This record gives sequence, structure tokens and C-alpha cells, in this order.
Amino acid sequence: MPGGLQAHYKKVMKTLRSIVCIKPVPDPKHRASFTLDPKTNTLVRQGMNEAINPLDKNALEAALQLRDKQGGEVIVVSMAPPGSKGVLKEALAMGADRLVILSDPAFAGSDTLATAHILSAGIRKLEPFDVVLCGDYTIDGGTAQVSAQIAEFLGIPNVMHIRAIEVTAENTLIVSSAIEQGAMKIEVATPVVLSVLKEINKPRYVTMMNILEAEEKEMEVWSASDLSLSEPWIGLQGSPTQMGEFTTPEKKKKAELLKGDPKEQAEILADRLHRLGFC
Amino acid sequence: MDFQFSEREELLRKSIREWAEEEIPPHMEAMEETGEFPTELLKGMGDMGILGVITPKEYGGTEMGHLARIIVLEELGRVCPAIPMAIQVHHMATYAFSTWGNEDQKKKYLPPLAKGETLGVVAVTEPSGGSDVAGMQSTARLEGDTYILNGRKCFITNSHHSDYWIVPARTGEGRNDFSAFIVEKGFPGAEVGRKENKVGLRGANTGELVFKNCEVPKENLLGNEGEGITIAIRDIVECGRPGMAAVGLGILNALMEEAVKFANERVLYGKPISKLQAIQWYIADIYSDLEIARLLAYRLGWMLDQKMPVDGAAPLAKQWICEAAARSARKAVEIHGSYGILREYAVQRLLRDALTAIPAGGTAEIGKLVVARAALSQFK
Repeated sequence: MPGGLQAHYKKVMKTLRSIVCIKPVPDPKHRASFTLDPKTNTLVRQGMNEAINPLDKNALEAALQLRDKQGGEVIVVSMAPPGSKGVLKEALAMGADRLVILSDPAFAGSDTLATAHILSAGIRKLEPFDVVLCGDYTIDGGTAQVSAQIAEFLGIPNVMHIRAIEVTAENTLIVSSAIEQGAMKIEVATPVVLSVLKEINKPRYVTMMNILEAEEKEMEVWSASDLSLSEPWIGLQGSPTQMGEFTTPEKKKKAELLKGDPKEQAEILADRLHRLGFC
Repeated sequence: MDFQFSEREELLRKSIREWAEEEIPPHMEAMEETGEFPTELLKGMGDMGILGVITPKEYGGTEMGHLARIIVLEELGRVCPAIPMAIQVHHMATYAFSTWGNEDQKKKYLPPLAKGETLGVVAVTEPSGGSDVAGMQSTARLEGDTYILNGRKCFITNSHHSDYWIVPARTGEGRNDFSAFIVEKGFPGAEVGRKENKVGLRGANTGELVFKNCEVPKENLLGNEGEGITIAIRDIVECGRPGMAAVGLGILNALMEEAVKFANERVLYGKPISKLQAIQWYIADIYSDLEIARLLAYRLGWMLDQKMPVDGAAPLAKQWICEAAARSARKAVEIHGSYGILREYAVQRLLRDALTAIPAGGTAEIGKLVVARAALSQFK
């Protein structure tokens, strides 16, 4: 090993500067109260409880664990309206060092491409960085496109479906990316955009001491002009996709009686559940 | 008048809810079965700041205040009311140490209580009565540098899971000649007695503390000699009763959620029973109790944070909310029909919990008596 083991560990112990993208979404715990505006086909957000997208909290936890191990800094970036500040503050309470909110009326109506454009502009302003972490998808849009689009705008690699991250050498990570029936181990150079799955970790609890500490931390708001962004790249004009129609799938219930003795029935049932991805 | 919670309070509620929903339920079956408090939760509660919510920062607490405490206890109670029952008494001990303790006592006792190394106890009630505070028969006499304590305390929450007990006892012949002492579990002559087998709030341990010529060092006098009654009553009024109000509020939250969930899922006559007016009346009653309870409890927490006197507001909130929880629990059980009396459904436990909460920290009758005094003095 060139430079010997000590030099290797010194390199591995390089501190990491991570940027985590988070999004405020309708709080899934209140899903029973979600309603759609029949005219606009969008969620009625007035009076709705919000939460940080659950997988984004896994992404933040992954960044915090990297910082705990390697040292460094964790910066959270979110494109959100000013009213979401309170919800996003949870990221600071979880342990992020800094929170940057990208907020401007001109961002309204952005699809995934325009969102990625705005987020990557914010991330670029925060350079240098080693890792950008995102949740694999959000529970409101569920497109799972933004992390790949951010990587494309930044011109750096992207690996999705991450369930483990290991720092092996300076500027190199080994990540485990889930595929059907297994996972791939990928060595990837930093800087890199990673989007994580739920199984990567369990987000830490926010303690009361964390809440008090978060009140001392920085929360910045950057507008379109701070990012030197303008139409036609943002908002509705910068969005090649538009919401067409929402339909609620018809609920069809079907009962099927399995044949055979209990053992045979159990085998059929186990096989069905396996095919459906439950076990 | 601002009815909006601050960002801090909203985040506090969210974080405690997440912790409670994840960490408490795995213990609830054993709590019901054995009546034992799950001491393995203490460290987590210490880390979260739950145990030191009204403890000053310099002694390991978060000092978030009384409204924050109400929110914390409410959220714990929404999941399992026995947990905040135990914790609110623990807070009574931390409040007593913070308010009347000297510097040495605060340094020695508050940090381990905030961390969750042990639970705290305030032991006032005796077989001769609890509401009649001055009727206590336990005695302490000073011999050299040691007080010799004799007596028996009963219905003491956390009795068997605490190392530090705050114990008022008679130190003179006058009606109010009482003093408060800090008794450590290991002191010679300090013993735990029987454990009670309660029908509700199972998992909040209740039992006896027995003192047989118990030797308490002179420096373990809490406050001044003769302040025992003041300490006991103020601790009950400013901490115990608000704590019980929050336990009742937690029960009401749980009842509301259980009642609405069942009413929406149970189908009769081809539609959910929530569409039936008879059921809607029950739902409206529970909702009204919950909303009024919120106002009473949060205002009480706010008043305490403003250092306002709560002699009338505290018993009013405690007594009204705990009774509201009991009557709403009865209605939630009715909504469930026969399912309401099955162990698998939470409402039967919540009914038992609510009934058990009523006499804790002072009976409903004593509560009304104090409320009446407040009304008579305010409107004369």
C-alpha cells in the first residue's frame, strides 16, 4: 500500500462535506384528511400538516452518521415556501449544521426538472462538497427523478437505491445499491449524488436538547436572484411536464379459496406472498 | 391572546410523539400483565429530556418549562397513560429539589434524576389519609446530627423503582409542624412495603414506603424545618395537579382517536356507524371534553411559566379533565359496543386508566373544594 497503512487511514479519515436535499410533504400520519381540489387536481395544502419526506430523513441520518464517523459538515437544502420553515427546522434539530431554504414565488409550479435545476443551483453555491444525499423518492410526487437530474445538472455520478455507504479511501465510497433480489456493491468517486432507501438506517430521535441547540443554528433563505436563476428554467415555464388528470383507481376486492390440505395451502400462500415481494 | 404553539413546542410534540409511538408499545402488554414499570425506558427518556423538562440546565435538565411538560406528558399519555403517571410524580421530585433544595442537594440529586438513573418519589399519603395533609402521622425527631424517621406512606407512585424519596413528617406538636426530608433507599430503617395491584394505570408502580427508626442525616432536610406542609402542598398544586391534568389529557386524546377509528371502520345497516346520529353525539361529547381539556391544561402550563398563582386553576384543570376522561371513556366503550369490553381494544384499558387517575394527586371532591374556595374568594 503506497505510503503505508497509517497514510491509508489518514486518507480514509478525511472529513466529509455533505449536502442533503429534503422536501416538506403532506404528513403521512394525517393521510386520512388529504383532499384533492377537483378543479386543479392538486392536494389542498391549506391547513394541512406537513412533515419532512420520510426517506429524506434517512438521507439526513446517513449524512449525520458520515459526519459522526469522519467529521465534517452537514448542510441541508430544501426548495420550499417560507411557511415550511417550522417543519424544516427539524433537520437542524436532528443535527444538521446549516439549513438553506430555496424560496421564491417564481419557483411555484416547478416539475422535477425545474426543481432539480433550482436545487443544483443551490448546491453549486455551496461548493465544495463530497456527497449530495437525497431520499430515493418523495411520498407526494413519487417520481424518483430529482436525484438523477441533480447529478446530471452538476455533472457528477449518481447512484440510487442506496442501503449502505462506506468510506474506503479519500474521494472514494463503496455503496450498496439495492436491485431486485439483491444488491450491487459499487465503488464510486466523490463528489457524488446518492439517493437512499429506508433500510439504510433508522433516523435518530430529536431530543429536547437538540431542539434548544437548533434555535442557535443558522437558517438561510435564498431567492431566485441569489441563485442567478430566471425563467424559462424555473417554475411553470421551466417545467416540460404538467399534471394532467388524477384518477382514483376503482377498488376491486377478490376472494380466492386455496385448494389442498393446510400444508399445500400454506405453500401456495407463501409463494404468492413471495412473488408479491412481501417475503 | 395567542393560542398558537411556538415552533419549539410543535417540534417538541412531534419528537415526543415519535419516541412514544416507537418505544412504549413493545412494553405495554407486560405492563398490563405485571403492573411493573418498564425501567428499561428510563435511559431513553433521560436522553430525550423527558425526565428533566422542568429541571434547570445547570443540573442536567432542559428547563423547557411547564407548558412543555404538559405537552410531553400528554403525548406520552396518548400512547400509554401509565407512563406519564410515573413520570409526572418523578417531575414532582425534581420540582421539589429545584425549588427547595440547597446547592449541594441540587448537585447531588437532580443530575441522576434527569438522566434516568432512578425515578423520583414524593411520598405524602399515609394510611390515615392523603387529602388531609395535616393528618400525617409520620414523625421525625432530631438526635444529634440525625433525624429519626418513623411512619408509613401508602399509594406512593414509583415506590419500588426509586432511590430518592421526598418524605414529609411531623417534627413538632403544632398542627402544621411538618418538615420534608430526602430519604435515600439505602438509609438504615428505610424499606419498601407492599405493592398495590391496581385496575388501571398498570405499569405505574404504586406501593408503600416504611420507616422504622430510619436514620436521615441532618443535611437531608429539604427546605427549612417546619416547611414540610408548604413544600408538600405547593409541590402537589404546582406540579402534581398539572401533571395529572396532562395524564387525563393524554387519555382523552387516545379516546378520541380510538372512538373515531372504530366508528369509521364498524359497518352496521350498510354504513359506518359514524354516520349514525346516536354515535355522532358520543363523538361530539368526547371531542368537546378533549377541546376544553386542552384549553384548561395548556393555560395552566402557561400560567405556571408566567409564575402566576395556580391555587384555583390547578385543581380545576386536574379534577375537570380527569373526570372528563372517565366520562368520555365510558362513551368510547359504548361506541365499541361489545368490543369495548374486550382486552384487545384499548378503550377498556383507557376507562380503567381514567378512573384510576381521578383520585391520584387529590380526590375529585378535594379538587372541587379548592375550586369552590377560589370561586368564593374571587367573587365575594
